[in-house]
Amino acid sequence: MSSTKHTLVALVEDKPGVLNRIASLFRRRAFNIQSLAVGGSEHHGLSRMTIVVVGDSAQVEQVRKQLDKLINVVKVSDITEEEMVARELALIKVKATASTRSEIMQIVDIFRANIVDVAPGSLTVEVTGDADKLDSLLGLLRDFGVREVSRTGRIALTRGSS
Amino acid sequence: MKKTGAQILCESLVKEGVEVIFGILGGAVLPIYDTFPQYPRLRHILVRHEQGAAHAADGYARVTHKAGVCIATSGPGATNLVTGIANAYMDSAPLVAITGQVATPVIGKDAFQETDITGITIPIVKHNYLVTDVAELAKTVKEAFHIAQTGRPGPVLIDIPRDVQQEQTDFVYPDKLDLPGYRVISRGHPAQIKKAAKLINESEQPVILAGRGIIISQAYDEFKEFAEKAQLPVAHTLLGLGSFPGDHILDLGMLGMHGTGCANMAVQNADLLIAVGMRFDDRATGNTREFAPNARVIHIDIDPAEIGKNITTEVPVVGDIRSVLTALNKEIERKEHVDWLSQIEQWRYEHPALEIRQSDELLPQYIVNQIYEATRGDALVVTGVGQNQMWAARYFVYTKPNSLISGGGLGPMGFELPAAIGVKVGCPEEVVWCVAGDGGFQMTIQELATITQENIAVKIAIMNNGYLGMVRQWQELFYGRRYVDTKLWNPDFVKIAEAYDIPGVRVKRREEVIPAIQRAMDYPGAFLIDFLIEPEENIYPIVPPGESLARFFEPSKPEVLEDILGTNYKMPKKSKTKFQ
Repeated sequence: MSSTKHTLVALVEDKPGVLNRIASLFRRRAFNIQSLAVGGSEHHGLSRMTIVVVGDSAQVEQVRKQLDKLINVVKVSDITEEEMVARELALIKVKATASTRSEIMQIVDIFRANIVDVAPGSLTVEVTGDADKLDSLLGLLRDFGVREVSRTGRIALTRGSS
Repeated sequence: MKKTGAQILCESLVKEGVEVIFGILGGAVLPIYDTFPQYPRLRHILVRHEQGAAHAADGYARVTHKAGVCIATSGPGATNLVTGIANAYMDSAPLVAITGQVATPVIGKDAFQETDITGITIPIVKHNYLVTDVAELAKTVKEAFHIAQTGRPGPVLIDIPRDVQQEQTDFVYPDKLDLPGYRVISRGHPAQIKKAAKLINESEQPVILAGRGIIISQAYDEFKEFAEKAQLPVAHTLLGLGSFPGDHILDLGMLGMHGTGCANMAVQNADLLIAVGMRFDDRATGNTREFAPNARVIHIDIDPAEIGKNITTEVPVVGDIRSVLTALNKEIERKEHVDWLSQIEQWRYEHPALEIRQSDELLPQYIVNQIYEATRGDALVVTGVGQNQMWAARYFVYTKPNSLISGGGLGPMGFELPAAIGVKVGCPEEVVWCVAGDGGFQMTIQELATITQENIAVKIAIMNNGYLGMVRQWQELFYGRRYVDTKLWNPDFVKIAEAYDIPGVRVKRREEVIPAIQRAMDYPGAFLIDFLIEPEENIYPIVPPGESLARFFEPSKPEVLEDILGTNYKMPKKSKTKFQ
């Protein structure tokens, strides 16, 4: 079976140690997390977690079932095959001089990204999108000298009413 | 009226029907122990090491089908529980482990005897809790017992800081649980049951793989009806022994690494495997790529994560074994399987399970078999790990439900003695035999004191070969007979027992076996027999690690091992030196 990227979305109880339980499970079962993002959900006391894992479907199904066994995990689904909206956010601090600043700003515009901080020697760019878009922008900005990058990892929801 | 955390804990334990607690005290559980006299219903059994507390609670849980409770102090007390918790986790035994913790203001400050036991135990518990607010304690205990005892049972740990034990609040035991992330699927899906029945009805060469799930679910009657109705031969995992009468015509004994030739041949030639409450452990399957090559697989288990974990399954049925079998029994047809069963009888004849080689030596197989004869199978057998465990599994016929208690998944040496204590406390009317190795026995030997202090009448049979026997067997077979550090100097176990006020006898010769067993049985209290067995006796058959179950080795067929290990391999000549 072929290894592909899977997106798992989990609704988890917002309690101390939950992240540790999930991380521990991935380590213990030798599953690799490519990214993990967690934050509030529409339910009080529950967080939504988006986990990107690489593996064949049997492995990922095993991950999903093991996650589902955790008492603090209320629901977990593999939404890879579903219609979904997936986004990632990155903050990129790029070197900028008087001569390069406008060129950088043009690139940022094309990507519908934002400049969120301007300093004498640098610009900080905020960009949202899928991983490919972030990678392309990052690729272009590397020519100017990227000083720091911080990416959130993917967050995702299925499309439509469900 | 307000109650302290310690009182709330005890009240909650009483509400949960707890009668026995195995533990040993220390600074961080003093408030709890100070409260015990107010709750005479809670019998506390003082062990000598926390590992003993966990194993005893585990043994108690396995035979009573309710959560065993153990208690330990913070830090080293808690870490000493870890082996026992891991064992309960691997074998799905319901356990509630209570640990004291340093006071909340000093958590995280590396206080004296502080250990992050919830962090440490995450991978080996079904769930755990650190209770930082006394108002949460009653709810936590209720949840812990529910989680430990329902679905696929397992250990739950509750870590209670010392100050929380002393703080006061109103005691209200909740009626309802709030566990949105915990669901138990008890009834199998009807469509899956129909599919399973169809496969069973169509099968010509079916074999059941019977696991501990049948025992946990107490589905003995349903399972027997299932096997008999469609004439399905039954191979057991180690922990599945005792789920079906071992003397039944359909019973094949244990499969796997030290399984019977008959069971392994049947599994490898089956066209259908019906796995019931088992998890395809590597000791049961051998090489999974060559496992049962022609078989379609039905897997019945309460834990959905077991489906497809080790073996690809065609028809999974997730649910409680008893409920699923009840439904399945209505769907399956009566069958004879005459050809298949006669083929199985041929294998049974070719590979006799209970055969013991002719020898003047004192052979462990004979001893175990004589314990079976003396008890007529009406005993609970608790084993250690290694050769003693395999001899006990293979040469005692488990005709009584749930009569073998063993650390199957984790394989902890030293399980036998404390677990036997728990088993006897749980079933005081039963005869309990603890089959130990001389290596493992010394890992928890201190629990002899618990036995005497609490007057626990277990019968202890040490299979004393002066070696870490199973490791020695591997060294013999797979490491060119280089016995590196497996030879044991042993103390005089009879004198040791005597020092603990337990009578004992040493047995060196075959003719002494039956009288010694009889003496142990006739004695009203605990009794120890130190059997000085043939030092280099092996357990056979053996499927060498990584091999297919079809390639089991037994002494009558040395060519199998030569084939596996290369032509240079020669069966070692057995040492004639007697154990001193």
